[in-house]
Amino acid sequence: MIKTTAQKIYVGLIFLFLYAPILTLMMLSFNASRTRAKWGGFSLKWYADLFRNREIMQALWNTLLIAFIASFVAVVIGTVACIAINRMGRRSRAVMMGITNIPMLDAEIVTGISLMLLFISFGLKFGLGTILLSHITFCIPYVVLSVMPRIRQVDASVYEAALDLGAPPLKAFFKVVFPDILPGVLSGYLMAFTISLDDFIITHFTKGAGVDTLSTKIYTEVKKGIKPEMYALSTIIFVTVLLLLFLVNKAPKEKRGKIQTVKTG
Amino acid sequence: MKLNTVKHNKPAGRLLSAPFLLWETLFIIVPLAMVFYYGLTDRSGAFTLENVAAILGAEHAKALWLSVCLSFVSTLICFLLAYPLAMILANMNVNQHSFIVLIFILPMWMNFLLRTLAWQTLLEKNGVINNILEFLHIPPLNIINTPAAIILGMVYNFLPFMVLPIYNSLVKVDPNVINAARDLGANELQTFFKITFPLTIPGVISGVTMVFVPALTTFVISKLLGGSKILLIGNVIEEEFTQAGNWHLGSGLSIVLMIFIIFNMVISAVFDKNGEGNML
Repeated sequence: MIKTTAQKIYVGLIFLFLYAPILTLMMLSFNASRTRAKWGGFSLKWYADLFRNREIMQALWNTLLIAFIASFVAVVIGTVACIAINRMGRRSRAVMMGITNIPMLDAEIVTGISLMLLFISFGLKFGLGTILLSHITFCIPYVVLSVMPRIRQVDASVYEAALDLGAPPLKAFFKVVFPDILPGVLSGYLMAFTISLDDFIITHFTKGAGVDTLSTKIYTEVKKGIKPEMYALSTIIFVTVLLLLFLVNKAPKEKRGKIQTVKTG
Repeated sequence: MKLNTVKHNKPAGRLLSAPFLLWETLFIIVPLAMVFYYGLTDRSGAFTLENVAAILGAEHAKALWLSVCLSFVSTLICFLLAYPLAMILANMNVNQHSFIVLIFILPMWMNFLLRTLAWQTLLEKNGVINNILEFLHIPPLNIINTPAAIILGMVYNFLPFMVLPIYNSLVKVDPNVINAARDLGANELQTFFKITFPLTIPGVISGVTMVFVPALTTFVISKLLGGSKILLIGNVIEEEFTQAGNWHLGSGLSIVLMIFIIFNMVISAVFDKNGEGNML
């Protein structure tokens, strides 16, 4: 009894640690005073101002656009790569997974500057395009890592049976294999989207002057002081995601027991 | 028939891997080669080791040493916090693996810079934490703009990367093995040190690399919580690229960082051959 209470307190404290900054930011979004140093009373004015702030809205649009496109392209390239890797021999598979892991194990600052050097020597114009290319690059590994375990569980003979019964390869894939790996694809997409949305470091090195995502916009504001509208915006984003997840969890669960191993401990 | 399909699959497999391989070559391998090229040449294009050797200069060596110390301490704290947490979570029998992952991923939906900045508000002289401490008659905590604040920022940002791999490897430990150890008379501590812990080493190694590398190379956390007076090696490199414009020096210093990173990769490859300690 004492042990479980102690455990609960421990878990509670860690979550307090992880979520305290988030609560702080939410509080600040309702703070009537412009400085974060003192509480000026409850106010919703930053929420109203937010939608009139052109720059923030533009940065939000850029951020979402990049996250949507980058994670989508990454899902396509990553999923196709998983199918290919799954068919390879042991050796080539290890090499491919090694390459996949480079951006995950490498430091973001190194990825950022290396892409910056690449774009400079290609003479590319720094802007949304270069940010997009970089985001796709660091999103691919997350997709591969979440799709790979699923695809390894797919029984190859089912696909071959579909082929034998006369289905063209693409149709056989979408009818037989794809439904099985869909959960992996979706979680890969979600993961890639989240990482893209939250990225600062790589965007910092690959963005052009005048093009901002929310992260880089916040970074330039650090010295001058963050505009409270930013707190309002991030509160809206966070609460929206929370609500969405709550709704998804509330919805009737798909039969999931099939692949999940039963835990007995 | 079987043979036939296998034969057919091989070229198809190669074709399917083409977009991925092309992308990875163009945007990962070539760029990394360029870092080496820039790092090992001077402005005229001649080979030089000067940019790499610049790490030995007093200021750079100091920044690197500080980075190594801070990231080592943060990694250690993360490990000490994460292991018990992962054990509790794994024992909770929340048969919802994805839920656990979600709780740790969720904070990412609030911008990383803002979350780190929020610690300023929490840690300030008259900030939230000190108000609580005052109320409890505990002496105030003045760590903002010190290395301690940077460590806190690192632990805060990277703790999930330690918890998730350890949690994943703990969940995979076969309960029968534990039961067998207990049946054979091992007590709880013995079971832990002889069975559970060794089986989760891939997760621990993966967690350590996932925390150590970003902590070693960060320039944001030190800038936001260190009062921009404390320079880490990441700050030095970032300034060379965005302000000083000396890409050769910046690349040379990055090569030094990459030595640490490659060392890390080798270790994780040796201990975690099957990717067991993956985060997802």
